Amino acid sequence: MAYVLQSQKKIRQFFIEIGELSYFGMRYFKEALKPPWEFRELLRQCYHMGNRSLVLVGVTGFIIGLVLTLQTRPTLQEFGAVSWMPNMVGISIVREIGPVITALICAGRIASGIGAELGSMRVTEQIDAMEVSGTNPFKYLVVTRITATMLMLPLLVIFGDMIALFGSALVENLKGDVSFQLYFNTVFDALEFGDLIPATIKSFFFGFTIGLVGCYKGYYSKKGTAGVGIAANTAVVTASLLLFVVDFIAVFVSGIFFEL
Amino acid sequence: MEKQDYISEQIDSLDQREPVIEIRDLHKSFGDNHVLNGFSMTLYKGENLVVMGKSGSGKSVMVKCLVGLIQPDSGFLSVMGKEIKTLDRKTLDALRSDIGFLFQGSALYDSMTVRENLEFPMRRHKEKLGNIRDTTPMVLEALENVGLAHTVDLMPSELSGGMKRRVALARTLILKPKIILYDEPTSGLDPITSKEIIQLMGRVQKKYGTSSLIITHDVDCARVISERMVLLVEGKNYVEGSYTELSKSTDPRVEAFFKK
Ligand SMILES: Nc1ncnc2c1ncn2[C@@H]1O[C@H](COP(=O)(O)OP(=O)(O)OP(=O)(O)O)[C@@H](O)[C@H]1O
Ligand SMILES: [Mg+2]
Repeated sequence: MAYVLQSQKKIRQFFIEIGELSYFGMRYFKEALKPPWEFRELLRQCYHMGNRSLVLVGVTGFIIGLVLTLQTRPTLQEFGAVSWMPNMVGISIVREIGPVITALICAGRIASGIGAELGSMRVTEQIDAMEVSGTNPFKYLVVTRITATMLMLPLLVIFGDMIALFGSALVENLKGDVSFQLYFNTVFDALEFGDLIPATIKSFFFGFTIGLVGCYKGYYSKKGTAGVGIAANTAVVTASLLLFVVDFIAVFVSGIFFEL
Repeated sequence: MEKQDYISEQIDSLDQREPVIEIRDLHKSFGDNHVLNGFSMTLYKGENLVVMGKSGSGKSVMVKCLVGLIQPDSGFLSVMGKEIKTLDRKTLDALRSDIGFLFQGSALYDSMTVRENLEFPMRRHKEKLGNIRDTTPMVLEALENVGLAHTVDLMPSELSGGMKRRVALARTLILKPKIILYDEPTSGLDPITSKEIIQLMGRVQKKYGTSSLIITHDVDCARVISERMVLLVEGKNYVEGSYTELSKSTDPRVEAFFKK
C-alpha cells in the first residue's frame, strides 16, 4: 500500500516537473526574442561549451568509429561485402550514432556543468544580486546558455562525426588497404541530404534539451550545498532521458518527411 | 506598557522627518511556516535603523520583500514614495539602482573578477552615471573606499571572507544609492574585521548622507551604528527604541538580545 502511495506521488511529481519544464521553455522563447540581448555573454558561453566538450567528443568519436568498424568487419567479410563498409558506417554514424553519443556526452558534461553553476549561483544569492542590480538574470544566465548549447551542439556533432569517420577509415586503411581518399569519397557519395538535414535539426533539439534541463535544474535549485549536487546530478539524468524521447520523436517525424 | 512609551516618544521626535521606507502590516508565509505576521516599520531619511531578531525570524525575507525579490502575501510596502507591488519592471529597476543591497553571504559573482563584479551594476544604469565610457576610475574609487584597490584583478575565490564582504560593500555603493540595506554585514567575521566594516559603514553614511537599514545579531554593531532599533519577534515589530533604551529594558524577550 505504502509503495503504491509512494509511486503515485512520484508519478504526480513527474508530471508537475514536465509542466514546469515546458513553462520554463516557453519563458525562454519569450525572453529570447525581446531586447536587450546579451551577445557578449552568449559568445563566452559558446566558447566555454565548445572548449569544455571538444576533446571528450573527439576521443569518444574516434573510439566509436574504430570499434564499430572492427566489429562489423568479420560479418561483412563473411558476406563478401567489405566494400560496403564506408556506406554502412558512414550512414549509421551520421544519422544516429554521432548525434546521440555526442548529445549524451554533452548531457554529462554541459548539463551538469550548467546545473552546478546556476545552482551554486542560486544558493549563494548571486542570482538575486543580479536581479537587484538591474540585469534580468533569466536573460543573462538562462537565455545565453540555452542558445549557446543549441548553437554548439550541431557543431560538436559534425566534429564528432568527422573524427568517428576518420577512426573508421583508419581501420579500413590498415586492415583493408583502402585509401583515405577512397573511403571518404564513398562515404560522401552514400550520404544524402535526407541523412544530413534531419541529423542536424535533431542536434539543434538535443542542444535545446540539454541547455533547458541544465538551466531549469540549476535555476530552481534548492537551498544549501546539497541542492547544488542534486541540481547537477538530476540535470544529467533528466537530460539523458529526455534526449531519447526527443530522438524517438525526431526519427518518427523525419521518417514522414524524408521517407526513410 | 513600555512598548507604548517608546513608540509615542519616537513619534514625537520623528514625525518631522521624511520617510524613505514604509512597511505596514507585512505578511509572508512559506507553506505552513508563517514568517512575517504583520510587521510594520518606517525608515526615515538619513537615519541608521537597526533591525534585530533571532536567526530564522524572517529578517532576510523582510528586506527581500523591500526590493521585490520575494512577493509578500499582503501588506503595504513603499520605498521613496513608490509602492513596490505596483511597479513595472523598468521602474522597479530604476528604483533598485537607488537602493544598495548588501547580501548576507556577500553574493559576489564568482566567475568574474573583482573589477567585473563592480562593473556589473553599472551596465544597466549607464544614463544614471552620465554615459561614461571608462568605468575604471569609478571602480578604483569604490575599491579605495574599502581599502582594497590592489585586488581589482583578482577573482573572488582568491579573497578572504572579510575582503569579500568589503568588495561586496564596494559593489553595493558603486551606484551611489540613497538607501542601503545591510543584511548582517558583520556575521561570520572576526571582531576586528567587523569593527572595520562598521567604521566603513559609518564613513559611507557621513560621506553620502544615505539612509541605512541594518540587519544584525551583533550587539556591538548595533551599539555603534544604530540611532534607532526595531526588534523583530514572531513576525512582528515587537519593540522600538534607541540602543540605550532597549538595553535597559526588563522585558525578558528584549533582554535576551543584549545578554552576552
Ligand atoms: N525562499 C524560501 N522558501 C521557503 N522558506 C523560506 C525561504 N526563504 C526563507 N524561508 C524561511 O523563512 C524563515 C526566515 O528566513 P530568513 O532567511 O528571513 O531568516 P533570518 O531572520 O534572515 O535569519 P538569519 O539571521 O539566520 O539570516 C526561515 O524559517 C526560512 O526557512
Ligand atoms: Mg538572514
